[in-house]
Parts: sequence; structure tokens; C-alpha cells
Amino acid sequence: MTARKVLWHGIVLAALALLLYPVVWLVGTSFKPAEEVLSTLSPLGDDPTTDNYAQVFDGVGEFGVWHYFGNSLLVSLGAVVGNVVSCALAAYAFGRLHFRGRGPMFGFMMITIMLPHHVVLIPQYVIFQQLDMVNTFWPLVLPKFLATDAFFVFLMVQFIRTLPRELDEAATLDGCGPAGVFRHVVLPLLRPALITTAIFSFIWSWNDFFSQLIYLNDAERFTLPLALQLFIDQATQSAFGPMFAMSVLALLPIGLFFLAFQRFLVEGVATSGVKG
Amino acid sequence: MVDTALTRPSRAQAPPPPPRARRARAGQGIAYLFLSPWIAGAALLTIGPMAASLYLSFTDYNLFDPPEWVGLDNYTTMVTGDQRFWHAAGVTTRYVLLSVPLKLGLALAVALLLNRSRRGVGLYRSAFYAPSLLGASVSVALVWRAMFSTGGTVDEALSALGLDLGGWVDQPQYALYTLVALAAWQFGAPMVIFLAGLKQVPRELHEAAAIDGAGPLRRFTAITVPMLTPVILFNLVLEVINAFQAFTGAFVVSSGRGGPSDSTLLYPLYLYQRGFTDFRMGYASAMAWVLLAVVAVITALVFRSARRWVFYAGEEGR
Repeated sequence: MTARKVLWHGIVLAALALLLYPVVWLVGTSFKPAEEVLSTLSPLGDDPTTDNYAQVFDGVGEFGVWHYFGNSLLVSLGAVVGNVVSCALAAYAFGRLHFRGRGPMFGFMMITIMLPHHVVLIPQYVIFQQLDMVNTFWPLVLPKFLATDAFFVFLMVQFIRTLPRELDEAATLDGCGPAGVFRHVVLPLLRPALITTAIFSFIWSWNDFFSQLIYLNDAERFTLPLALQLFIDQATQSAFGPMFAMSVLALLPIGLFFLAFQRFLVEGVATSGVKG
Repeated sequence: MVDTALTRPSRAQAPPPPPRARRARAGQGIAYLFLSPWIAGAALLTIGPMAASLYLSFTDYNLFDPPEWVGLDNYTTMVTGDQRFWHAAGVTTRYVLLSVPLKLGLALAVALLLNRSRRGVGLYRSAFYAPSLLGASVSVALVWRAMFSTGGTVDEALSALGLDLGGWVDQPQYALYTLVALAAWQFGAPMVIFLAGLKQVPRELHEAAAIDGAGPLRRFTAITVPMLTPVILFNLVLEVINAFQAFTGAFVVSSGRGGPSDSTLLYPLYLYQRGFTDFRMGYASAMAWVLLAVVAVITALVFRSARRWVFYAGEEGR
């Protein structure tokens, strides 16, 4: 290795150490005993303990951490299924089929990507309140089944446009209608875009705070981000350790997804501009 | 009964449409079927609510009593009688002006650093991207709150360097920088997009310029930056729109209050307080429309200015 290469690796690793320090600090701190939690710069305490985790499993408020974990999981998996199904259907129509109003509708969909969600926030809240769905998971999941995350529709449309049309034509000659082409040609080839959509749907929904804050107000329905927020409102200095333990657990699925799919994620962002 | 029985056949006798047109129409039906979830969503969750929110912005509405028409009152109160509104707008402007350039600058710098074929570069790219996924969470916002509090890591580190500033989250003049740092930390997503853009810059251009005697800095400003302007535009628009909607960090760091002294009262946080703490839904709707208008105008201005500074390869002769 030349000196230049060594220097380069040195710079990159130093930058990375600085960048990832907060994450390392979080994990380390979650194992520190109460009196050390905020006092040391070092990410690892002198006397590591699993007490913080034991306390979190025992219960935050009335429920153990797995309860909130389960709620978050339910909401996120709902979002994944909803987005994958509804966005694929819409993307196929926009990407391959001809129909009246396609241009304007597509244009409108592109605008909704840039629209601040605050402009629809309050009437949406009123709708879900009228439907008696506030304090249930429906307001968080139902919209995903109506392809409201236009970004994923766009991502899939872009992907479908790269698929050779000859395949469609061959399938049509074999007697497939539009639904058959979708089922037998487009859907199998769309897999990479579907996986990208699924991963990002999960992570965004898992991280989402704003809509969960608005729609869920009963601790039994709380998701992890809300439980964490509840925690810091009640927390005294001594409860900081368990709070960080819970934070680590909340980041765990994202960390695992990241480790498993990092290549996919980075390439997905590069080709489609997902904001992440 | 008899009538309909008589009229029915006459309808069937109408000449059938030509096969092509019929197929096209059948195709249209299928297309709308595929599109039906999206159409339902667009109508029920976007267009309808947009119209409703515009209407509500001219009313007094507390969610429990029917909305009461007040004309432009919400808007005039906002502009003339609500100090916190202007304050929130100012805080947000500062936040956008600080966080977006910082984030994009870091993204470009690291993209340039990683834009070479070395062993492990793929792994490095992934690692730098990680904060973009983690940073939106409440967990990381909590870490920020702890690190920037009095006696926290950042306070300690700065003290060790002789800069005794105290905890940032407790001080009005520094608290917003906590949020700016949190935003900048998530530079991974625009970095990856920059990297994809850098791949499109032809090597031959750099080689030719090097032969002509252009140094690295000159090649960067004369070749890399112009070729990258479309990607810069893309990232800029995306990040500005995102920055105007930042919420989670400010909410968590200030426990939903936007303090100390409203120094972290970002616009969306104030909107949330108005709507969901004070139950002034009409006022919050008006605030949402002002936000939309501002974001739309800024986006339009950025796109307009783009004609002057964005370079599209293959359009030189225009």
C-alpha cells in the first residue's frame, strides 16, 4: 500500500469514528450504571451492567418494552404490506397502461411528493376522528394501502420504464391481458424495487413520530417512539440509563435491516434519490 | 316492465364499437382498476383534505364545535398579532439557512473523498450513510439531548478545549445549533446521490484538462462542479423541503415546548402546538397554507435560478 492510500484510509476512518461516536456512545451508555450515565466522555463505563435493560423489560409505565415493540412492529409491517401492494398497482398503471388523464394524474402524483403533509394533516385527523379510528393503528396503516407515499410509486414507475416492452408483447401474444402481464412479467422483474420499497417503508414507519404522536394517546397503544417520549417526560436523572437501553432496543431493527441490506439501501438511494 | 323489455333490445342493436376502440376502452377500465387505490387515496386523503384545510383556515375550529367562519382573521392575526408566529418563522429560516448548506457541503466533501476505487470503499459508503437512517428517530434525538446538555459529552469536550459554553440545550443562543448538528449529521443520503452524480463525470475530461495543465482545484471548479450542478439542484430542493418540515428533533430536545425561550420553536412544532395542544385547528390550517406557499415559492425560485447555474451536458449549443 502506498503512503497516499494509507493516508486516505486514515482520514476516512477518523471521519467515520467521529461520525459514529454518538451511536457508540448510546450503546455504551446503555450499559453504564446510573451514577456514570452522563458523567463520562468515554463510550464505555468502568463497570458495565445490564441493569438498565432488566429495568426496561420489567416495564415502562404499565407495560414492558416488548409491548411497545409489538405495537411498532404491527404498524410498520402494515405500512410495508400496504405500500408494496398499492404502490406496485399504481406504478404499473402509470408505467405501462394507457388511459385518459394519465398525464395530469401523474403530474399530480409528482406534486404530492413535494407537498408538506401539514396541509392535509388536520382534515385527515378529522376524518379519522369521525370514523372513530383515533387511538387505533388504522390512521397509520390505512393510508399506506391507498398509495399515499407517492415517492414509492415514482420509484417503481422509473423501474418499470427500464423493463423491455418486448416482454409485455410476448406475454400479450401468449394470451395475457394487462393483469396477466402485471402478474407474470412485471411483478417478478420489479422485485428489487419492491424490496427497496419494503425496507424504506419499514424504517420510515418505525422511525415515524409525528403521526403516531397525533393519533395515539392511550399508553396501551403507544409505539416505541411514543413510549420513549413518555419516558423522558417522567424521567429523573436516575432513569436515564434505562431510557438509553430502550433507545438501543428501538434502533435495533433499523440496525439489523441496515446490516442485512446495506448494499441495497445505498444503491436504492443512488438510483432513485430516496431521502432516507 | 313491458316498456323496459321493449327498450332493452333496441339498445343492444346499437352498432358495436370497432374492435380497437373497444379493446382500448377495456384497457382503460383495467388501468383505472389498477389505479383505484391511488385514486381513492388522492381524492379522500389529499385533494379533499386540501380543500377542507383551505376552508378551515378561514374558520375558528376547535374540533368539537362546528367551524365558525372568520374570514381572513387567522391570517391577519398571524401576521400582525402573533409574535410567536414571526419568531417561529425566524427560527425556521435560521435553521434552514444553516442546516441545508452544512449538510450538503459535508455530503459533497465526503462524496469526493469516497469517489475512488479503493478496497473497502463500498463498506465506507454504507457506514457514512447509516446516520441518515438512524437520525430521524426519537432515540437519536434523545442522544443529542443528552450529549448537548450541561455536563454532557459535548459540553465536557468543549470545556476540555477551553471553550466553556455550558450545555447547548439549556441556552437560547446555542440550542438551535443542537438541531442543526443533528440535521447535518444525516448527510449520508445526499452524499450517496452526489456519489452517483460523480460517477457520471467522464474521466476523459479530467485527463484532457490535466494534460492541458489544469491542477486538481481548477479541474474541480471547471469540470466536476458544472457536471454536478443537476445533482446539486436535486439535493438542494429535496433538503430545503425537508428542512422546512423538521419536527422530531425539536420536539424531543425541548420536550415539545420549543424552548428554552422558544429558541427551538420550529414552524411545524408551533403549528402542532396551535392545532393539537391549543385546539386551534383553523389557525393551524392557516399556518399550514402559509408553509405550503413559502415552500412553493422558494422551490420555484430555486428552479428559476437553476437556468443560470445548472449545466446539462448536451445542451451547450442552446
